Amino acid sequence: MKISVRNSAPRRATGELMGVALLALLILIVLPLGLDGFRLNMVGKYLTYAFVALGLVLCWGSAGILSLGQGIFFGLGGYCMAMFLKLEASSPEATKIQSTPGIPDFMDWNQLTELPWFWEPFHSLPFTLLAVVAVPSLLAFIVGLAMFKRRVGGVYFAIITQAFAAILTILIVGQQGYTGGINGITDLRTLNGWDIRTDGAKQVLYFVNAALLIGAVLLCLFVRHSKLGRILVALRDKEDRVRFSGYDVANFKIFVFCFAAALSAVGGAMFTLQVGFMSPSFVGIVPSIEMVIYCAVGGRLSLLGAVYGTLLVNWAKTLLSESFPELWLFAMGALFIGVVMVFPNGLAGLYQQYVAPRLARLFPRAVPRVGEVIPPPTAAE
Amino acid sequence: MASETDFLLAVEGLTVSFDGFKAVNDLSFYVDQNEIHVIIGPNGAGKTTVLDLICGRTKATGGSIRFRNQELTAMKEHQIVKAGVGRKFQTPSIYDDLTVFENLEISYPRGRTVFGALAFKRDAAVRDRVEEIAETIFLSDHLEQRAEYLSHGQKQWLEIGMLLIQDPELLMLDEPVAGMSVNERKKTAELLNKIIRNRSVLVIEHDMKFVEDIAHRVTVLHQGKILSEGSMERVKADPKVVEVYLGH
Repeated sequence: MKISVRNSAPRRATGELMGVALLALLILIVLPLGLDGFRLNMVGKYLTYAFVALGLVLCWGSAGILSLGQGIFFGLGGYCMAMFLKLEASSPEATKIQSTPGIPDFMDWNQLTELPWFWEPFHSLPFTLLAVVAVPSLLAFIVGLAMFKRRVGGVYFAIITQAFAAILTILIVGQQGYTGGINGITDLRTLNGWDIRTDGAKQVLYFVNAALLIGAVLLCLFVRHSKLGRILVALRDKEDRVRFSGYDVANFKIFVFCFAAALSAVGGAMFTLQVGFMSPSFVGIVPSIEMVIYCAVGGRLSLLGAVYGTLLVNWAKTLLSESFPELWLFAMGALFIGVVMVFPNGLAGLYQQYVAPRLARLFPRAVPRVGEVIPPPTAAE
Repeated sequence: MASETDFLLAVEGLTVSFDGFKAVNDLSFYVDQNEIHVIIGPNGAGKTTVLDLICGRTKATGGSIRFRNQELTAMKEHQIVKAGVGRKFQTPSIYDDLTVFENLEISYPRGRTVFGALAFKRDAAVRDRVEEIAETIFLSDHLEQRAEYLSHGQKQWLEIGMLLIQDPELLMLDEPVAGMSVNERKKTAELLNKIIRNRSVLVIEHDMKFVEDIAHRVTVLHQGKILSEGSMERVKADPKVVEVYLGH
């Protein structure tokens, strides 16, 4: 009866690493070989959302903290990157027809005559790269501190994150002169002199993005397999027991919320680089909820599942919108209902239930596992 | 305020009121080193509230709770745990989605900060201690099993084990044998007798037979106040206790 404690963990880890290797094979080799430049760039865009989905797996799947405002962090990361690119595209020579040359075009249109102070540091690339991660993490830290230390959780937390997403969108749209308003920050050209609009650059950016995503998956795996990962699951289940086992529960929630925010922000920055603009339409409530759906469809308990879910939903969205644009929202709604009612653990849950046992029979020695599925106590929160 | 005492736990003038209703009213009692102190009383007497107050789950309206002369009412829950007070909940409170091993490991008192938990290594010291505790709580053969699939009694033992691994000086148990079979109850009594060495235990229990078996001292609560206190024989003979509690 007694199973050795020492052996099962490494075997599980090997299975998961094989799953990561398969994903790497798919996004680093198979897709680039099989798709033309335009489609590959689109996949690259989808993969930036996968960063958000990964963060949600830890935050929502593991720890049970549903955030309906991940677009905030995706957007902030994207905006930080866009500010740097916009400043580079707004050199005095390039903007000499403006009444104030040297500032971004939308500022000129809004009668601004000098660069706002908070734009100044974004002349520096190192600062920008730091800010991409630091600004969203800091905001997540402040929100987390305010909420979790007061023991706000569950539905209330979800609603508050949604409110923040709405507030940020309104702020960005309203402060047109400082943010580019509803159009966002557009007409981005070069990164340190390197033209990001060319096909070659887009290809390079795709690979950078894909490699970062694999790195992010590995980082998430590390967090999940640490004791911290198990504490997150424990506090999803019995928060009081964790608290009365000597842990300051709020700190763990703040950590995972910040971690998810930082991941989303990296995705946002890569989005800006690959798509060439950033706008409030990626910040608000609707995109934030869509991001939750990517994660739910893939399986909120599985890191790899979330990546595949993001790819599939976006691919379906593109296909449907190309042929029947008006159908997409209905399909999205149906998908969400389907996930909640029929397969609460998403694609990864279906894989675990139907595919993995068969594979195990075919190849008894090694089976790649799409993450580990731990059914939470309740199907939907 | 209160003076220095030799008692491990000194509760003095403890009061808590919920919207004017005094669930615990000017309560004072003491727990000695290595004492098994049992609190009994009818439903709604405030027994569980007393444990909630000691472990910091509920904030007191007035009075003091001192543990080794440290004031607990001003401390946060996790600080109270670190000071050496462990608490078991009434319904088994374990992590269903984790294995028995992982349940015990989380309770192991190391790496309790965020970055400590990230850097935590499952080394020989942890494994040995977990296996040792698992043996004490009769769960050696279930270490790799998900806690969800344990029986009710086993879950209760697991939670007791999760407290034991922290080696608290004061162990608080809320109805540890409720809902257990006769056999499990006997084993639990055996378990408690084994683990009380070198620590004090504060127990809430309804099962009189069980109380007689383990109690050094009994406090009877009624409507948030002490009705009677002393040895089991004394309490049992007290007419007030018979009237409100033991009589029916």
